[in-house]
Amino acid sequence: MTAFAPGDRVRTRTVDGAGHTRLPRYARGATGTVVQVAGSHPLADDRARGLTVPPQPVYHVRFAARDLFGDGDHTVTVELWHDHLEGPA
Amino acid sequence: MSSDHDTDHDTDHDSALISARVRHVEALLEGRGLLDDGEIDSRIDEFAAGGTPANGARVVARAWVDAGFRERLLEDANAALPEVGLSMAGGLQEQRLKVVANARDEHHVLVCTLCSCYPIALLGPSPSWYKSEAYRSRVVRDPRSVLAEFGVTLPTDTRIAVWDASAESRYMVLPRRPEGTGALSETELAGLVTRKGLIGTALV
Repeated sequence: MTAFAPGDRVRTRTVDGAGHTRLPRYARGATGTVVQVAGSHPLADDRARGLTVPPQPVYHVRFAARDLFGDGDHTVTVELWHDHLEGPA
Repeated sequence: MSSDHDTDHDTDHDSALISARVRHVEALLEGRGLLDDGEIDSRIDEFAAGGTPANGARVVARAWVDAGFRERLLEDANAALPEVGLSMAGGLQEQRLKVVANARDEHHVLVCTLCSCYPIALLGPSPSWYKSEAYRSRVVRDPRSVLAEFGVTLPTDTRIAVWDASAESRYMVLPRRPEGTGALSETELAGLVTRKGLIGTALV
């Protein structure tokens, strides 16, 4: 796994797996920009299933509202684990 | 994400189906001896102890009067908090804090769309509207309208940045220092800061 760096364009995964995920539905399959690395943590989606997994990088990923909702002039910054991303976009 | 009670967030939250389910599960766990009576409430009290928006206000006032502290706070909030006698280490593990600073051309607003993540140590227990489906679903989509409903009308050229607390970090907004407050002491400045200001749904 090669960690992303600030400025990298990344795309979020589109799969809608069974069970809990911290990738919000509104941000699935969207392209955004990594603005900061936010530490390293075990993927919450796996922990919710009772799995013990190693930490992986977590990022602040900024999206333009129009890329999420089709309109809007604001940005939304979502905190996502490396496994939520399929970059570089 | 519809609700019959969009105009009454308190009722909406307290009467939510999930609240009834949680109470039921808690009763079952207590009935089977897995939890002591009231254990969850006492753990929550323990977790929330000392948490109040006055803490966040103190951080903001220090940042307003001390440019060096402001820079350190925005760079690494966890490392800067001890300078004002605070930390994010009160829970099960230390939580990362990210402070985002409002500017003339950019306004920040916080949400947790998935649940209600919130920096309790600095802001105290979250207000019920923060946990309502109406706020969580609307503020990511149309923050300018939601802010207007809170009485915050921003210039059209002020960019809005929404932060969704979807993982391990917690956030706090550093509001802009109001004009005409040059003569106030740090303590008096802290008195100007509101909980909504720390979330981004008020200017200060």
